[in-house]
Amino acid sequence: MSAPPRHLLGTRGLPAERALEILETAESFREVSLRPIKKVPALRGKTVVNLFVEPSTRTRVSFELAAKRLSADAVNLSGSASSLRKGETLADTARTLEAMHPDVIVIRHPEPGAAHLLARHTRAAVVNAGDGTHEHPTQALLDAMTIRHHFGRLAGLKVVLVGDIAHSRVARSDIHLFRTLGAEVTVCGPPTLIPLGIEDLGVRVAYRIEEAVEGADVVMALRMQLERQRGGFVPSLAEYSRLFGLTAERIERMAPDGIVMHPGPMNRGIEIGGEVADGPRAVITEQVENGVAVRMAVLYLLAGADGG
Amino acid sequence: MDRLLLRGARVVDPASGLDGVRDVLVAGGRIVSVAAGITERPPVTIDLDGLVLAPGFIDMHVHLREPGQEHKETIASGCAAAAAGGFTAIASMANTEPVNDCRAVTEMILAEARRHGSVRVYPVGAVSKGLEGRELAPIGEMVEAGAVAVSDDGRPIEDASLMRRALQYARLFGIPVLAHEEDPSLVGDGVAHEGPVAARLGLPGWPAAAEDSMIARDLLLAEDVGGRLHIQHVTTGRGLELIRWSRARGVPVTCEVTPHHLTLTDEAIEGFGTNYKMNPPLRTEEDRRALVGALAGGEVDAVATDHAPHHRDEKAVEFRQAPFGVVGLETAVPVLLDRLVRTGEVPLPALVAALSTGPARALGVAGGRIAPGEPADFTVLDLERERTVEAAGFRSRASNTPFEGWSLTGWPVMTVVAGRVIHDSR
Repeated sequence: MSAPPRHLLGTRGLPAERALEILETAESFREVSLRPIKKVPALRGKTVVNLFVEPSTRTRVSFELAAKRLSADAVNLSGSASSLRKGETLADTARTLEAMHPDVIVIRHPEPGAAHLLARHTRAAVVNAGDGTHEHPTQALLDAMTIRHHFGRLAGLKVVLVGDIAHSRVARSDIHLFRTLGAEVTVCGPPTLIPLGIEDLGVRVAYRIEEAVEGADVVMALRMQLERQRGGFVPSLAEYSRLFGLTAERIERMAPDGIVMHPGPMNRGIEIGGEVADGPRAVITEQVENGVAVRMAVLYLLAGADGG
Repeated sequence: MDRLLLRGARVVDPASGLDGVRDVLVAGGRIVSVAAGITERPPVTIDLDGLVLAPGFIDMHVHLREPGQEHKETIASGCAAAAAGGFTAIASMANTEPVNDCRAVTEMILAEARRHGSVRVYPVGAVSKGLEGRELAPIGEMVEAGAVAVSDDGRPIEDASLMRRALQYARLFGIPVLAHEEDPSLVGDGVAHEGPVAARLGLPGWPAAAEDSMIARDLLLAEDVGGRLHIQHVTTGRGLELIRWSRARGVPVTCEVTPHHLTLTDEAIEGFGTNYKMNPPLRTEEDRRALVGALAGGEVDAVATDHAPHHRDEKAVEFRQAPFGVVGLETAVPVLLDRLVRTGEVPLPALVAALSTGPARALGVAGGRIAPGEPADFTVLDLERERTVEAAGFRSRASNTPFEGWSLTGWPVMTVVAGRVIHDSR
């Protein structure tokens, strides 16, 4: 058997067995967060650096908690505090960090490919926590974990991603992983926000939400980035919401036990109606909860079980 | 004086339809005779048995970076790279700092080339002052100083009426306008060909239409007002179709393609390697095939490298942040010989024509022909020589090549300018 990959840069090319290994490991870590003493010694003595060049509170906190619950030493570097703001290149920062011998570097960066660039300059395991509009693999893994809780599988499920596909790293990572695990994926949104050639990733494209959600097991609303409106991708948020917003009426068309997801943070009333976000189909807080377990599993598998 | 005999080479000269073993006698920097079994034995005789002798290769699209960005390349290092790559002449683009938009800069480039350069340097003046796309640069004085063409290359000419005036005005001097075809409003922040690969990598797309629509515009303008239009680095099949259409209407347009667009596709940017980031971007396999077909069929006038040196540190950054461009002078000939000629996709004479006769005609400069009276500029090829591309050994100051590590068969082994051997690695 070939050695497991040293990094988690994306879900594209991530073998199904490896993805399932992460998901199963995450299941076993889920329970740690429910204990009174939320800590296991799995990564004692290991160092995890969270390099967040692009700000993201929820993902950073999730990774930080994951590292700490595994007893790793976690260091947070943020974009505003790091020398990257002073003109240092990412490669230089990588060399500097390298000199401190971290075991894992978790990177969030506004540039597609930043995690790949970092991986070329360090011996540490690199975890991509979101690189621009490219990938966000741990988000996809926590989404898959959430779906598995509800259906026990992904194979054969009808999953629909609605919204700004072009600028969504979550969409890309979800598409790769869900397809690998056997789901049928449809993307839906205004044509200006669906990249040309997306069908090559093995997805169906739909432009009418009513048609897309018909019989769907999972519908994931993607965050509508408010600044996109100024880019002229859609005439107005109001129009977007009218054409593509997840309303109670629309989700009625889903399969009877279908679930509604959102990677957060939500724009209530734009991509998702409040009644849907708080409704019985929504599993949004569960996604956040699974985030910590998935990240524990990833850190453990890269720095502890295999990588140590 | 300085008589020289080049003996026993396979002479490939598409301009005269010659492909056979000949001797070539040179005197005073010019060709005296081309014949089988020349008996005269001048003081210097070079035996070229088993090698190909071609008219000196002309790269009509090179960025020398001097003045202003000598950390990337100088006229001297660029000329050395050209000589090592089999080129006897290069045309240098105007986007230096300061821009080559006046007599003084044109003269400086030529003076520096005379002092340090081994190959012929043909300066290309700017179309617009400061490459700003607003006012015509003083084209007449640059031509007087030695410019052979005008181009704002590196930038498109957005303003259609300025392009129209440039075509009209350049007619006065009989020089071509070399056009970088890119509609910035369609490119936006695009960095990779718009399609499945860019979609997968989350990179902003650069639509093929951003190139094609500008080609179409300029072909129509050239048809309206005349003038010599040369389309630089065509990358799309549709762009070629537009050029065909225009030629069928009698417009004497010329065009070039680059070695990287002939041999690579957008799949190469997988992994975010910045040495695959170029302008225009690498396109689809279908486009690549169209370019190769057009080259083989003689529809492409020139293969030009768009040699764009960048410092290593400038490319060692995130993909979107990295500058566009790759070097090409030292890899163009072996890449094309190995990947297109050896595979049988492009006949050797067609490639030689696009590297010599075609660019000489498109630029309106001497050369491109092995015949008595012509300049004694030659490129000698060893079609069996095997070597691996190693940027560390480049004469260029830059190493941003997409071909690092490629093992290639068929290399230029000797470069002769005006009867003088300026590079010899036989």
